[in-house]
Amino acid sequence: MLELASISKSFGGLKVLDHVSLKVPQGAIFGLIGPNGAGKTTVFNLITGLIPPTSGTITFDGTDLAGLAPHRITRLGIARTFQNIRIFNEMSLLENVLVGRHRHINYGVAEMLFSLPRYRAQEEAARARALELLGWVGLAGKAGEIADTLSYGEQRRLEIARALATEPRLLLLDEPVAGMNPAEKTELMSAVRAINARGYTIFLIEHDMRFVMGLCERVAVLNFGRIITCDKPEAVRNNHDVIEAYLGRDDEADTRETA
Amino acid sequence: MDAFLLWFDEFWAVYSNLILTLGINALLALSIWLTLACGLLALANAAFMGIGAYAGALATMNYDSPFALSLVVAMAAPSLVALAIGVPVLRLGGVYLAMATLGFGEVVRVVILNTESITGGALGLNGIPQQTQWWHVALALAIVVFMLARLHRSKTGRAFEAIKVDETAAGLMGIDLRAHKLLAFVLGAAIAGLAGALNAHLTFFIGPQEYGFDRGVEILTMAILGGIGSLIGPVIGAFFLTLLPELLRGLADFRLIVNGLILVSVVLFLPNGLWDPARIRNWFGARR
Repeated sequence: MLELASISKSFGGLKVLDHVSLKVPQGAIFGLIGPNGAGKTTVFNLITGLIPPTSGTITFDGTDLAGLAPHRITRLGIARTFQNIRIFNEMSLLENVLVGRHRHINYGVAEMLFSLPRYRAQEEAARARALELLGWVGLAGKAGEIADTLSYGEQRRLEIARALATEPRLLLLDEPVAGMNPAEKTELMSAVRAINARGYTIFLIEHDMRFVMGLCERVAVLNFGRIITCDKPEAVRNNHDVIEAYLGRDDEADTRETA
Repeated sequence: MDAFLLWFDEFWAVYSNLILTLGINALLALSIWLTLACGLLALANAAFMGIGAYAGALATMNYDSPFALSLVVAMAAPSLVALAIGVPVLRLGGVYLAMATLGFGEVVRVVILNTESITGGALGLNGIPQQTQWWHVALALAIVVFMLARLHRSKTGRAFEAIKVDETAAGLMGIDLRAHKLLAFVLGAAIAGLAGALNAHLTFFIGPQEYGFDRGVEILTMAILGGIGSLIGPVIGAFFLTLLPELLRGLADFRLIVNGLILVSVVLFLPNGLWDPARIRNWFGARR
């Protein structure tokens, strides 16, 4: 569904991504893990068109995403959440999700000005869908509240509902459980599973191993801008390079080699 | 009753200009509110007002156009200019946009000064027919407020607000940033042009110095002072800023000092403007 072919990205002299190739298959929950600063969020920024790649191509269902503005990429069916939450703070939860419906609300200027039937029907339908999506993430009861008053975990879930409102086929989640307590994590895990079961392909970045290993069918590991492995969770867990990337090399072996 | 009518006639003779100016200033404050609602600090509204004023006045004086048509011309001319300069200028943000639009305002002023054969140059345009009636201004303000209120509640209004809060997130919601910014800019120019033409057909005379930096800052102050969270804010801000000097007339030489002090205090103590729905809700304890 989504394919990154030999993507590189440099910021000045700093090579953040080095010939990264990935394939996210349709219908999967695909995970990307890696130590801090490995370039994970950069991958999402490239996919959503916020920054252009230095070289390589990204294709989504056969469409080349090169040079497309972020809103065009969203319209093709890719939506994302952010590691540092970016909800619209002063709007209500419902309004936040309605912003995501933007493209799916259709009425003309006259219909809008005079509140004609089509305007009302479209707004009503958008509202209904927004409430449904808030329900998917367990926030329907708070639809009227101001987003700023939500807890951290709730804001993350609101971001997911807002992303879903754009009717994506691929949902990118950037560290969805960062800052959540264990109960919230478990809750979100089942919410993500349910969303996937509804036919959305999910591509997530996460630090929390239990979350990634419990959810993903395939996991890719990024370290210093390179993919070091891409496999089933169990295989990744036991991969020598991965252990080394996360825990460092065995010190004893190191000294023995140099001695 | 007769006594009242007599009193009213006298009152109107003295204050009609001030009252009409209230409405025109409210229109100007609303014109800049549109771009502010998008998070854009564009300071071209005085220039758009000037373009509208000159276009409308010239249509009336040189082509004998009916008043309604002059007003349409006065809205169309600045809109077209806004469309042309908006495409490159709106790529900028923050202070850079403010500087670019201020520069544009200066260009407009200099162009008016130097096209003497058409605009009268520094001498301005004299003898514009006084066609603006009180109900023209009232109707214009009512229509503009109505349209903006509807827009504010629609998907476009939500998109504006989303762009103001977080442009990146708004773009990723599928909102075309450039198109929406351009829409706000052009609509604001049209409203400023309408205000300019209404004003020109009220004051008999217009000159290039009326649409310079001072006016631009005044328009911005009206909107910010009133509060840009809703449509009511700019209207209140315009009324406040227009009436304040009149109310302080008794202070004679100290007028401008007190005027300034009051403005500074408002900004210091009411950072969200005079009309801040959240604060008013708090006062009445309706919130939590």
